[in-house]
Parts: sequence; structure tokens; C-alpha cells
Amino acid sequence: MSATAVEPTMAGGESHDAHGHHYTSTGLDNRKIAIWAFIGSECMLFVSLISTYLIYKGKSRVGPYPHEAWTDPATGETFKAILNIPVTSFSTFVLLMSSLAMVLAHNAVVNRHVKRTTFLARLEGNSFFWLMSTAVLGIVFLMCQAYEFTSFVHEGLGLTTNLFSSSFFVLTGFHGAHVTAGVLWLFTLASIDKTRGLTPAEELKIDLCALYWHFVDVVWIAIFVLLYLIK
Amino acid sequence: MAHDTDAAHDEHGHHPTAKTYLWTALFLTIVTIVEISAYYIKPWEQSAIYVPSMIFMSAVKFAVVCAVYMHLKYDNKLFRNLFVGPLAIAIVTCVGLLFLFGKVAINLGSGA
Amino acid sequence: MATTVAPPIYAPAAASASTYGEKTGVWSWITTTDHKRIGVLYLFTSLFFFIFGGLEAAVIRAQLAAPNQSLVSAELYNQLFTMHGTTMVFLAIMPLSAAFFNFLIPLQIGARDVAFPRLNAFSYWVYLLGGIFITLPIFAGLAPNGGWFGYAPLTTMAYNPGLNIDFWVLGLQILGISSLAAGFNFITTIINMRAPGMHLMRMPMFTWASFVVQFLVVLAFPVITVALVFLQFDRFFGTNFYTLTAGADPLLWQHLFWIFGHPEVYILILPAFGLVSEVLPTFSRKPLFGYAVMVYSGILIGFLGFGVWAHHMFSVGMGPIADTVFSLTTMLIAIPTGVKIFNWMSTMWGGKLTFTTSMCFSIGLVAMFTIGGLSGVTHASPPTDLQQTDTYYVVAHFHYVLFGGSIMGIFAGIYHYFPKMFGRLMNETLGKWHFWINMIGMNLTFGPMHLSGLLGMPRRIYTYDANQGWDLFNMMSSIGTAIIIVATLIFLYNFFTSLKSGPRAGRDPWGASTLEWSIPSPPPEYNFAVLPNVTSRYPLWDVTDGHDLSREHHEGHENRDDRVPTSRELGIPMPANTFKPVMAALGLCTMLGGMTLKHVNDVAFYVVVGGGATMLVVSLYAWLTSPLEESH
Repeated sequence: MSATAVEPTMAGGESHDAHGHHYTSTGLDNRKIAIWAFIGSECMLFVSLISTYLIYKGKSRVGPYPHEAWTDPATGETFKAILNIPVTSFSTFVLLMSSLAMVLAHNAVVNRHVKRTTFLARLEGNSFFWLMSTAVLGIVFLMCQAYEFTSFVHEGLGLTTNLFSSSFFVLTGFHGAHVTAGVLWLFTLASIDKTRGLTPAEELKIDLCALYWHFVDVVWIAIFVLLYLIK
Repeated sequence: MAHDTDAAHDEHGHHPTAKTYLWTALFLTIVTIVEISAYYIKPWEQSAIYVPSMIFMSAVKFAVVCAVYMHLKYDNKLFRNLFVGPLAIAIVTCVGLLFLFGKVAINLGSGA
Repeated sequence: MATTVAPPIYAPAAASASTYGEKTGVWSWITTTDHKRIGVLYLFTSLFFFIFGGLEAAVIRAQLAAPNQSLVSAELYNQLFTMHGTTMVFLAIMPLSAAFFNFLIPLQIGARDVAFPRLNAFSYWVYLLGGIFITLPIFAGLAPNGGWFGYAPLTTMAYNPGLNIDFWVLGLQILGISSLAAGFNFITTIINMRAPGMHLMRMPMFTWASFVVQFLVVLAFPVITVALVFLQFDRFFGTNFYTLTAGADPLLWQHLFWIFGHPEVYILILPAFGLVSEVLPTFSRKPLFGYAVMVYSGILIGFLGFGVWAHHMFSVGMGPIADTVFSLTTMLIAIPTGVKIFNWMSTMWGGKLTFTTSMCFSIGLVAMFTIGGLSGVTHASPPTDLQQTDTYYVVAHFHYVLFGGSIMGIFAGIYHYFPKMFGRLMNETLGKWHFWINMIGMNLTFGPMHLSGLLGMPRRIYTYDANQGWDLFNMMSSIGTAIIIVATLIFLYNFFTSLKSGPRAGRDPWGASTLEWSIPSPPPEYNFAVLPNVTSRYPLWDVTDGHDLSREHHEGHENRDDRVPTSRELGIPMPANTFKPVMAALGLCTMLGGMTLKHVNDVAFYVVVGGGATMLVVSLYAWLTSPLEESH
């Protein structure tokens, strides 16, 4: 490698290696770039699911329907509009608050060095509390979803009932699976934080989970309006 | 890879404070409440602006969460590009599909 | 395996520094995280599948050689053309490209490995297991039989009740995960692992092409995953996504599939374009003509690639507006592609050409792809497309693009980079034989298909009556296939004998210009002893002392048995070998593959899927909580 154009450089190569660091061209962490690329990819996943739901909206041949009551012409049985806006509004609010808790968990780890005296300040710096809150709020959201799913089934809307139910259950089920994975991730981080305490240098560990969690939240923001509120 | 380089730390230097996060949450909550109320206010819900206004409000919420909670407003521009590029393709694809299936007019109209 | 025994800074080293670093033996290949070894694994596996898919095509052509033959049944014929397409797209061309992504990208950008070495190993093992999963059923006559595009509702339970489609639905999901994981990995690698001075606009064209391809992969594969999940739910749990009696739209699958399918076309061709863009300047002794335009046209192809999908569906009747829009975007996308063709020709124009085998294949790509591209433009127009759709004309078109384009480019890449991968040169005489016989065979096979197609011969028919004007053309195509087989046998002979006894190659046997040629062949496991500082697009040509540092300079040097120091001696920390990605891949494939048991036995279904899922989660935890790196 005697080429003049390929000179070794102390700045770029050796000095970093000497410290066991990896040189990166942007100075950013690989994992953060990867998770953003992953989130970009997830956009296409959810858009495909949401598009399918919208395409099939109003195309179901039999009820129950999301926003209108339906009478079965064969049996004369009447089904009310199936979506439960109050419950979903509550779970939407819960997910929103979980995002707040998530971002406060990140904030707490980043500002580990801040001296905290008052109760509120100590609460603000308690990353374990915020991680657990996020996870618990996520579980509350999942429980709302489980309640919603079971009540739908009781009211006569199973997975295979009609186009609406198929696209609805698969879309919200996919989202729920993402929430579940996020909850597992949060519990893992919380247990690490409990056992040895995450340091500001490990801020990225929380950041990655937070980005994922907020993304799952913004997907719900879209779903809530497109599925639940717009008839 | 397990270590942030100095440059990356600088990027995180000016993250917003907890106060900003709380105000953001308040804002998001208020918009959500407006959205849900709109659903129950018949004149609004049945007007032609209902669907556009709902989409607009959720887009604002979407953008605020991405900008503040996901730090896109403060972080390296690279992340913004990595997200906005795919998101744009995704939205255009969605609109294209809705058009192809004859859905756009219905969805932007007074509700099917 | 010696992974979590953290303290030693360096990976355990055997005494001799051989081909790929210090580790030898089968186990070291199974547990490897070295991008070069993974690239080689990809190369061998995908060559195997390429041969397998080729044999499937050979049976198809034997069946169609003359009218009214019954060499295979109609059912087996369906399986053959489905698996030929699926194998060539997902198991041969994509992973052949992946072999080059793995081997070349870190070398070309001056990195020591990819961003996530273990994820890289995971991608390979998922690909291998998924490939086996989707290929094996053909031996039991249970192979997928719905075409590589698997149009629903024809692939739903109502019309296709066997296990065949289940293998396809699950196999493609497995392979999609492999591609997605690799996509995130390479995006990160290219953004973040470039050597100092390697600005984006100094990156070699192959790396640029790969960069665009990775974005296509991560944006296109989620869409087909969703389409496949719908189909899987329809088949396994009775949902209604493709059930027409429930009001489903038969076009849903087609749209979702082609939103994936058209970017997929560029996923298949752009890496070959990239390889050719490395070979042509090298053997023209000229920089690539219009580098920046090549980059921008590649990006433009990537973007436009998402806006043309419905031109695969003109015959379904989408209405005049949609037809017009997609017709126009399709014609538009021909422009950046044409720009590339002209840039390659301008690169050669006035150059000092050397006709090595890789150069021949590259020129072959330029010529053959132009033919395929032009026939492609003919079906950008809906009225003509209505005449051509579902005929052999389309088969001719995409084989000129994929065989004349992708495969020729990949062969160019194999001949060009063989010395870098294995430290030995391939035989040039045999290479020329391979090229010319392949060229003749290819044109004899696919050229007449234009005519049989225009004369009305439909695709996917297992036999046909005599005297419809197709007999001669079919016979020609079948003879052409036999000639391609001869060419491929010559290639295989050349490949394996050169591997053992080819002449030693120096660092830069071709006098090429990019970073990968500045290091020994094969490269040591750490690639670059010191990260290079790049100051131009053609670092090895850009010498100020007027001294040719490439061929003569290094050849003797290498042959004098100059030992390449190990990473341990240089104090370079390298990722240790690990078995965890293999376990995770095995768990994932057991979980997804085991779902086929749903239609066989419920208990077995839950046991296998649950077992696979547990294995996946446990090995993921073990993987993510152990330090990737030996050091730190």
C-alpha cells in the first residue's frame, strides 16, 4: 500500500483502533442508523396493511360493520356498529402517555449526572420508574386490545367473518405484535437498569428502544384516525 | 460499535428538557381530545371538512412525535432523510393504491 | 464459539495465516462472521441453486422441444416453471449479488467488516435454510405450483388445496427476512463504515449500485411480506383477503405483488450494472464516463422503480388514466437506464481495450441488456402490451434482461473478482469458450421466443399442438438450452480447477483502480492493516510518481511468499466466531417452516412452531446480550 492516494492516516485509522473504538464515517453509531433504516422499512409494512384495510372498507358483503348497524337478512338478527370509540380513545391516550414515559426514561439516563434533591426531580431522574411505566402502559394498551378483540368476537365478528374483520384484525394484530415486542424490549432494559444502572454512555440502548416505541405510537396515531374516527 | 464517538455525543448535546416533553404531551393530548370530540359533534362529523381535518390533525400529531420525541428536529439530518424518504414513498404508494381501487374520491369526500 | 470468553482481545489464532485469516475447518466456516467468508458461502450456495434452477429449465425445454410431448405431467410442469422462476430470482440471482455485496462492499469502501457481522451471518444462514425449505418439496412432487408471482386467488385454498403453496408462502417469508436483514446491514455499512476520505461521490460504482439496491430491498420486501401474510392467513385461518365470494378484490394480490415485484427487477439488475461498471473502466484503461450521471441515474431508477408496478397489469383493465400514468412512468424509467448504456459505451470509446473474459461478459451485458430493454419498452405501451402479455414474447424479454443482463454481469464479476476472492486466476481460454458458447446458446434459446410469442404461443403451457407455427422456434430454444448447459459445464470445470491450481494472482492482476485491489489476494481477515485515506475515485490509478503500482509491482512481491501478518500480530481486534446467529436462523426457519404442519397435525404444529420460536428468542437474547466484539 505504497500508493500515495491510499496513505495510512493516524487520524482516521490507528488512533481509533488503539483505543478499541471503531472509526465511523459519520461519527454516528451504526445501530442508530440501522434502526432508522428499519423504521423506514416498517413504514412500507404498515402502509401496505393500512392500504388494504382502506381498499376493503365498505366492501364487506356481510356484517357486522365498523360504523353502522347491520341486520342479517337471513336470520333477522341485528348487530350494532362494532367499534367501541370510548375504549379505543382511552387506549390511544394510554399509548400516548407511554411515549411520554419513554422519552422521560431516555431523558433520565442522559441526565444521570444531574444532582436531584426534590421528590419531583428525583422522580424525573428515575429511569427505572419511567421504563417500567412505559412497559406497563404498553401492557394496558394490549389489554384494551385484548378486551376489544374478545368483545368483537362475542358480538359476532370473528377473524373470518368478513373483509372488514380480516383486514381489521390482521392490521391491529400486527400493531399489537409490535407493541408486545416493544414491551419485552422495555422489560429487558428495565432489568438491566435495575441490576447495574444504565449510564449516560449507554444512552443509545434506550434511544434505540425509544425510537422503535415512538414509531409504534405514530403508527397508532394514523390507525386511530383512519380506522376508528373516519367512517 | 458499543461506544459513541465524540461527534455523536455532540449531536445529543441539545436535546430538549423534560419540560418540553411534558408540554408536547399536553399538546398531543389536546389534539387527540379535539379529534375525538369531532367524532361526536354531528355538524362537524357530517361536513365535508371532517375527513381532511382529521387527517390534518393526525398528521400534525405524527409530525410532532417524530420531531420532538424521536428527536428528528435535533438529531443529525441523516436520520431525517432515512425516515422521510421511505415515508414519502410509502404515502405515495398508498395514495396510488387508493386511486387504483377507486377509493380516493370516497375517502376525501363526506365519508363512505 | 469462543465468543463470550471475553478477555482475550484477539480471536483465537491458529498457527498459519491461510486463505481467510487464521481459522480453518468446517466449524470455522459455520461460525464465521467474516464478510469475505460469508460472501464465499453465498457464492457457492447460490451457484448451486443456479445450477438447480437451470436443470429445472432444462426439463421444461426438453418437454417443449417438440409438440405433444409427455415427458412430464402438466402438474409437474407447473411445479417446474414455478420453481425455476422462484429459484432463479430468490435463490440464485439475488444471492449471487449478495455474494458480491458481502465480499466487495467493505473492501471497496475501505472497511474491516460490515456494520453488523453477526447479522450478516444470520442473513446467510436464513437464506440457506429457506432455500432448502422451498427447494426440497419438488422431490416429493409437492413443490409450489402457482407461478413465481403466485397470483391469488388461484393460490388460495379453494383453488390450490395441497401443501405446495404453503411451502412457497412460508419459504418466501423466510427468504424475505434474510434479504431485509442484509439490507439494513449494508445500508449502515455504506453510510457509516467508509474509510476516511471516501466521500459518497468517491465510492466505486458497484457500491453505489448496491446502496440503491439495499433501499429497494428494505422498501419492497415489507410489501410482499404483507401480501404473503394475507395469503397465509387465508390458507391457514380462513380469512377473506382473497376470497372473491366475500367481496375481495382479485387485483389486491396483483398490486401488492408488483409493488414489490417491480423494484425486485431492479434489485436483480442493478448489482450486475455495478459489476460491469467496475470491469469496463478497468479494461478500457479509462475512468468511468459520466460517473456522477451514473450515480444519479441509479438513484432515479430506484425512485421510479416504485412508480411503474402496474405496467405488469395492463391486461386487467385499470382504466385509461392509470394505464396512461403507468405507461408514461415506464417509458420514463427507460431514460436513466439508457443513460447507463451510453455511459458504458462512452467509457469504452477511445479506451485501450483488453478483451479479458470479464470484459467480454461486460460487453455482452451491454449488448444483450439493450435488446431486453428495447423489448421492454415495447410493452410499456398498453395496446401493444395487450398483444404480448402472457406470451413467450414476455418470456424472451425478461430472459434477455435477467440472463443477458444480470447473469452476464455476474459472470463478469466472477471472472473479475475470482483472483481477489481466492488468490488465483481463472483460465482465460476456457473463459472465452464459456463466453462465446454461452452467448450463442443464450441467443438461440431466447431469441426465437420473441417470434413464437408474437405468433401467439402462451406462457406456462406444458405442451402444444403441432403446426401452429411454433414448432421450429421451440426446437431452436431447446437446442439453445443444451448449448447453455455445455457453456455452464465449461464454467464449472474452469471454476473448480482454477480454485485448486489456477496461477497465483497478485494484489491487482488487472491493473484495476479501486481500494480492494490495494490489499493482498485473498485479503487477510482484517482487510486493511491501516485504514486507507482516500483522496480520489481511482486511488490506485491516481499515482503522483508516475509509477504503475499495480501489476508488475506486486506480483513478484506476493510470489516470494511474503507472509501477510495476522490480525493478532497487528493488534487489530476482529469479531470472534459465533454460533448464535446460526441458532437464531435455525429457530426462525423452524418456526416459520413448521407452520406447514398446520395442515398435517395440530399437535406437531404447536410443538414445532413453539419450539422454533423459543429457540429464536433464546438465541436472540444470547446473541444480543453477549458483546459482538471480542474487544472492549
